[in-house]
Amino acid sequence: MSRPGFVLEVDRSTPPTLCWHGEGFKLLRLPEGSRILYPPEPVDALKDPDDAIRQALLHPEGDMAPLPTLMKAGMRLTIAFDDISLPLPPMERPDNRQRVIEAVLDVAAEGGVDDVVLICALALHRRMTPAELRHALGDRIYDAFAPHGLLLQHDAEDPSALVHLGRTDHGEDVEINRRAAESDLLVYVNINLVAMDGGHKSVATGLASYKSLRHHHNVRTMQHSRSFMDQTRSELHTSNWRMGRLIAASGVKVFQIETTLNTDTFPSAFGFLQKREWEWGARDRASFLAVSKSLERTPDRLARSIFQSIKSPHKMSSVQAGEVEAVHAITTEHVYRQQLVDVEGQTDVVIFGLPYICPYNVNSIMNPILVACLGLGYFFNLYRGKPLVRPGGVLILSHPTPWAFNPVHHPSYIDFFEEVLADTTDPVEIEKTYEERFATDDWYRHLYRTSYAYHGVHPFYMWYWCAHALDHAAGVIIVGGDTKAVHRMGFKRASTMRDALEMAEDIVGRDPSITHFHCPPMMIADVH
Amino acid sequence: MSIRNAPGARALSRATFPWTTPTWPGTVERPPAPNTLGVDYQTEWARSYGARLARVVVTEGVTRPLAHLLAAPRVDGLDRLEQLDEPVIFTANHASHIDTPLLLGVLPDRWRHRTVVAAGADYFFDRRWKAAFFAFTINAIPIERLRVNRRSANLAASLLDDGWSLLIFPEGGRTPDGWGQTHRPGAAWLSVRTQRPVVPIYVEGTRRVLPRHGNRVRLATTRITFGKPLRPREGTDARDLASQIEGALDVLADEQQSDWWTARRRAAGGVTPALTGPSASTWRRAWALGDHVGPRERSRRHREPRWPDL
Repeated sequence: MSRPGFVLEVDRSTPPTLCWHGEGFKLLRLPEGSRILYPPEPVDALKDPDDAIRQALLHPEGDMAPLPTLMKAGMRLTIAFDDISLPLPPMERPDNRQRVIEAVLDVAAEGGVDDVVLICALALHRRMTPAELRHALGDRIYDAFAPHGLLLQHDAEDPSALVHLGRTDHGEDVEINRRAAESDLLVYVNINLVAMDGGHKSVATGLASYKSLRHHHNVRTMQHSRSFMDQTRSELHTSNWRMGRLIAASGVKVFQIETTLNTDTFPSAFGFLQKREWEWGARDRASFLAVSKSLERTPDRLARSIFQSIKSPHKMSSVQAGEVEAVHAITTEHVYRQQLVDVEGQTDVVIFGLPYICPYNVNSIMNPILVACLGLGYFFNLYRGKPLVRPGGVLILSHPTPWAFNPVHHPSYIDFFEEVLADTTDPVEIEKTYEERFATDDWYRHLYRTSYAYHGVHPFYMWYWCAHALDHAAGVIIVGGDTKAVHRMGFKRASTMRDALEMAEDIVGRDPSITHFHCPPMMIADVH
Repeated sequence: MSIRNAPGARALSRATFPWTTPTWPGTVERPPAPNTLGVDYQTEWARSYGARLARVVVTEGVTRPLAHLLAAPRVDGLDRLEQLDEPVIFTANHASHIDTPLLLGVLPDRWRHRTVVAAGADYFFDRRWKAAFFAFTINAIPIERLRVNRRSANLAASLLDDGWSLLIFPEGGRTPDGWGQTHRPGAAWLSVRTQRPVVPIYVEGTRRVLPRHGNRVRLATTRITFGKPLRPREGTDARDLASQIEGALDVLADEQQSDWWTARRRAAGGVTPALTGPSASTWRRAWALGDHVGPRERSRRHREPRWPDL
C-alpha cells in the first residue's frame, strides 16, 4: 500500500531536502516554517498487465464494441501510438506500447486483417530514430513492420498525407493524418504520464498539422488553461475536445487504449531520489554521496549521456480501452489517484528543482528554452485549483541552464534564442511578430521532415507554455544558471538558493512563505 | 595531542546529513519501526559458511575450553548415540546459562557444529547486539516461549528438515529454585512434525557454576548424561511424546543419583522421583532439594572467610 503525498512543514529537526539541479542534485536547508510537498509513493502495478490489456480490449468502455468484433478481413487498420516524449524517462522494456500493440495485432491477426499500418503520432516533434522505435515497440513489431514501410511517422508537413476534416463551431481547422482518417478503424495507443495526456488530445494533436495545432497551441489558450492538468479548466483541452468530437462526427472510428504508469521512476541505484530524506538508510546516503560527488567531477557531456541512458522501472498501473471520452475519464482518475497531493493555500515563493529531462530533450540537450518550459510550463502547471504560488509571487528554478543546444534536434531553437529572445521575451509579441516566419521556413520544414529536428515553430510553443506562469508570477529566478542564458530569457540568476530567497524578498516582501515542490516522482498539487 | 584535536576529528564532529543519519521532522509521525528483533530476528547470516567457520574457531578456541574449565563435565551415555547419524533434537533440563556452551562442547563432533540452539526470543533477542552475539556464538535461533508462534516453530522445523540438529530446553527457562519445571510440548511437537529423534540429556551441577540471578561464576563439577533416543512413531501424539521426554529425564536424573539398574527398576515400577520435586511450600521444596555441593566448590568454600569475620 503506497503512502499518500503530504505537505511537510520544515522545523529544526527537518533534514535538508533534495533538489534536482539538471544532471545533479543539491541538498537544501530551507528556513523554518517553509513547506515541502512530498509526492505519493508509487501505486501498485498491475499483476498481469498482458491479461489486463486483453480484458480491456474485450470489455471496452463507453459506446464501443469489443475489439475482436471490429476486426474484419479486408479492412484498413491503423494503429497510432505516442512518440518519444512519453514516458519520462523512457521505460524499461517492455514498453506499454509494445505490450498493447502486440495484443491489438494478435486480435487483428485472429480477425484476418491484412492492411495494417503503424503511425507514430509525433505532431510537430522530431521523428524517432530506429533504435527509439525498436525500444518502444519491441523487436517483434519493429522487424515485422519497419522493413516493409508499414511503420510510419506522422508528417505534419506532407500535404498528400493530410486530410482536412472541417472546422469546429469555433472556426478551428481540423486537419489530421490521411491514413488514420481514412482507415476503417484507428486504434490509438497512449501512455498517460500526467493528466494532460490522452483523451481527444491524442489524435487531435498527435496526428494533426500545423494548420490545426495553431488553434490551441497559442498564447491565449495557454494563458486560459488553469491548468493543463485539469481538463475541465483547460482551454487547451477544450479546443482538443471540440476537434476530437468533429473527428468522430466525420466518421473516423477511434478505438482508444490508454495506459497509466505508477511513479516508480528511477532504478534502485537512484532509489534515494524517491525517498523522503529522513527515511534514507545508510545505502541511500552512500548512493547519494557517491552519485553527487562523482557528478561534480564528471564532464557535462558524460553526465548527460549517463542520465539519458537511464531507463525507468515504472510499471503499468491501469489500462482501459474503448470510446475516447469514457476511457479518458477513467484514465484521469488513475492519474489523480497516483499524483494528487492536497495543499492548503498558495505561497509567496515556490522552488522547483528541475531535472535533466523534459518531454522534448529525450536523448538530447536540455537547452535554456526547454528549461524555461519545464519550470514555467510544466512544473508551474502541475496544479489543480489554484497555482501553488500566489499571483505576484516568485518562482525559483534550480538548473544549470547551459547555453547549449542540440543542432540536430533543435535547430530552430538556436535561432529563436539568438534572434527572437534577444528582441523580446513577451509571448504575445513573439507570436505576432515571429511565429509564422519560423513555422513556414523551408529549411526547418526540410529538417523536420527528413532529419530528426523539431518543427520550426516548436520553440515558440515552448515559450507559449510559459505564458501562464509569466502572466501570474512577478519574478523568475534561476539558481545556478548560466548568467547570459538566464538574462537572455529575461529572468534573474542567483548563485545560491539563499541568494535567490533574498532576491525574492525584494519582490514579495520580508519573511515570505516558501514551498518546495519535491520532485521526483511526479505529482499534482491540489491547491485549495 | 588530544583526540579532539586529531586531524579530521573536528571535521568528523561537524559532519551532517547525508554523512550522518538524517533527523526526523518533528511534524511527521514516526511509523512503527519494522520489528527485526525477537522472533522476527533474521539468523540466516549466522548459518552462512563464513559465520560457521568463525564459530568453529570461537567454539573450539574459547567457548568449549572455558566451559570445561568452569564446569569440569563428566559425560556419560554417549554410547547410546552411536547408531544415530541424523539430525536430532537434544532436550535437556535447564539450570544455568552455562548449560548451552557446556552441552555444545560435549556434543559428539558430528553434531557439535551443525546444531542450532532454541533460545528465548524475549530474552536473547531483545537487543540487536545480544541477538547478533548469541546468533553467532551459540548459533541461537529465536523461539517464542511465552505463546505459540508459528514463525519460530516453522523456522526450527525447517532447519531440522535442512539437516540441522536442535538443542532445546523444554522447561522454557532456567529453574528458579533448583527443581525441574514442567515441560512444554515444543520439542515433542517438532519431533512429531519432522520425525526426528529426541535425545534427552540430564545436566547436573551447572547451577552451582552460575545459578539464575547469580552474578558470580564459580568452579564446580558437573555431570551430563545422554539418554536413549526417543523416536516418534506414526500417529504419536505430541503430548504423549512430551511426557516420555520428561519421564526419560527423570530416569536419567535418578540414574545419576543412584545407578542405572536401580533407576531402571524404579522406572519399571513407576516410582522414579520426579525432577519437579514435591508439591509443597517453597521452603519445603528448598529443604528437600538438599545441598548438592560438588567437591571442587566445597574446597573453594573452605577457603572463603566465614561470616561474621571477627
